[in-house]
Amino acid sequence: MELVCPAGSMPALKAAVDNGADAVYLGFRDGTNARNFPGLNFDLDEAHRAVNYAHKRGARVFLAINTYPRPSQWQKWCRAVDQAATLGIDALILADPGLMDYTARTYPDLRLHLSVQGSATSHEAIDFYVRHFGVRRVVLPRVLSLTQVQNVMKRVKAEVEVFGFGSLCVMVEGRCTLSSYVTGESPNSSGVCSPAKAVKWEESSAGRRSRLNGVLIDVYAPDEPAGYPTLCKGRFEVGGNVYYAMEEPTSLNVLDILPDLYRAGVAAIKVEGRQRSPAYVAQVTRTLRAAIDACTAAPETFTPEVRWVEQLDNVAEGRCHTLGAYSRPWQ
Amino acid sequence: MKLSLGPIPYFWDRDRVSDFYARVVGAPVDIVYLGETVCSKRRALRLPDWLDIAERLSAAGKEAVLSTLTLIEAESEAAYMRTVAENGRFSVEANDMAAVNMLEGVTPFVVGPHVNVYNRHTLELMARAGARRWVMPMELDRETLAALQAQRPAGMETEVFVFGRLPLSFSARCFTARAHNLPKDECGFRCADYPDGMPLRTREGQSFLSLNGIQVQSGETYNLVHEIGELRALGVDVLRLSPQAQGMFEIVDAFRGVADGHRESSAAAAMLEPYQAFGPCDGYWYGAPGMNQVSGD
Repeated sequence: MELVCPAGSMPALKAAVDNGADAVYLGFRDGTNARNFPGLNFDLDEAHRAVNYAHKRGARVFLAINTYPRPSQWQKWCRAVDQAATLGIDALILADPGLMDYTARTYPDLRLHLSVQGSATSHEAIDFYVRHFGVRRVVLPRVLSLTQVQNVMKRVKAEVEVFGFGSLCVMVEGRCTLSSYVTGESPNSSGVCSPAKAVKWEESSAGRRSRLNGVLIDVYAPDEPAGYPTLCKGRFEVGGNVYYAMEEPTSLNVLDILPDLYRAGVAAIKVEGRQRSPAYVAQVTRTLRAAIDACTAAPETFTPEVRWVEQLDNVAEGRCHTLGAYSRPWQ
Repeated sequence: MKLSLGPIPYFWDRDRVSDFYARVVGAPVDIVYLGETVCSKRRALRLPDWLDIAERLSAAGKEAVLSTLTLIEAESEAAYMRTVAENGRFSVEANDMAAVNMLEGVTPFVVGPHVNVYNRHTLELMARAGARRWVMPMELDRETLAALQAQRPAGMETEVFVFGRLPLSFSARCFTARAHNLPKDECGFRCADYPDGMPLRTREGQSFLSLNGIQVQSGETYNLVHEIGELRALGVDVLRLSPQAQGMFEIVDAFRGVADGHRESSAAAAMLEPYQAFGPCDGYWYGAPGMNQVSGD
């Protein structure tokens, strides 16, 4: 079971590789990838250097081109694939079926992974991508319970990668347009969710307010820590109650079910967070490396160490964690 | 232009569903999409019930299409989907790539709005798999549609969602159950109490979203009644109206008049006004935030 870590920058990539990642994933510095944030990601030269750095140290490199190009963007996305093919990367992570078709025809030897943005949650959906494009690995959306993951594993004809740690996406990835409803930009269309340029903070004696394109996402008391206003993690009013109507600010953490995922045959554990700091990447990589090594050495007796949980909570969104959809009660 | 009724997104009881389609039989719509697309726990109607409704609509000269679940999580859901895909009588709308996989090479099908067709290469792939119609994903704009229409595969019909609360996202979590402090496995079907969804407001009282089980919808009602002329000029074949509890047949009449050229869009907009609980929006069509209202500004 390998550890796949985020690289939003060269320092983050080095942090991942130096702390034990089996593979890193990265994207180009534009809207072709789903973490299209200012100041992040790689141009072609940097990507070359990133691949060299990782390969010299035995780590593999995956490149994500996982947004959905509209007709006016098609040529640019194809050029991104063409450039990726020159890098000597170990796999290309794609979401758009049209782009996957182009890639499979043009570069039949390039290993393809289906992005979580491809929304494939069943062996039937995965089978479509395997049959048409020879997809070798699929990243599952964060919507399946542990039992459902185990059932998919029994019938799937590709490797399966699941999210193990990081900010929790509450919705089926690739099928959420909440962000474009509010801001005009979504993960599918622009590679961003709740983009920073649409965020406004308002300070007053009553506290702090966060807005996304004018829509009030949350209100914080003067002494209350404030989080980034991801719109599904705000407090809203439903039926007369004000609460986190969709989800609290929290992180996914699978340490508790690591042996179950391992025994089910999951190929890789993915860490979310290309937008996070190199320090985050270093800490999470180091901790998960230790946990995965302990788990694969003795899955029957594995229990997460308290310090691992603390180390991960320290860098987690909301400083707390959940099993998310892996656990039925969460649903 | 043809008018279609999308699948009922809400959990209505058996009687309400039966009464609704009894009226649809005589309503001026051409295509009716049937079935549960949001939550597999909602089983007020079984497949034979849906097939029975489809037969009655078909006898009235309408095209009945069976629509599939959008989020597949359990094996039982995939098995049910296969039964729908292989029904042998009615065509099927695929709302997930699992359904496309089952329908490919078996029978012609409709690509629903939750399969991400963002460019002509994906549309051609769907055409090769046997799609004869596609429904444009809601967040796409008129420029994208114009480019896709200019190069659409031969024989492919285009359908555009023109009225209703927008289905914006799906989750493993049930937000209606959460609103009642219940886990999804013990939800008690509380969504049945909200035939038009549960309004979600910001803390300053602004209508924002609508909770419908595992689905989140827009608070505002997407309304392209002013854009029908433009849709016609782009060669759009079908206009989709999304069922809601309030005023559905008045809504059908308003759009029928405009689609047939008998009614000005401004007159239709006035007819629709009472049935948009939190007002209209059309931003997606203009490449703006979906919640915005651009036309008439």
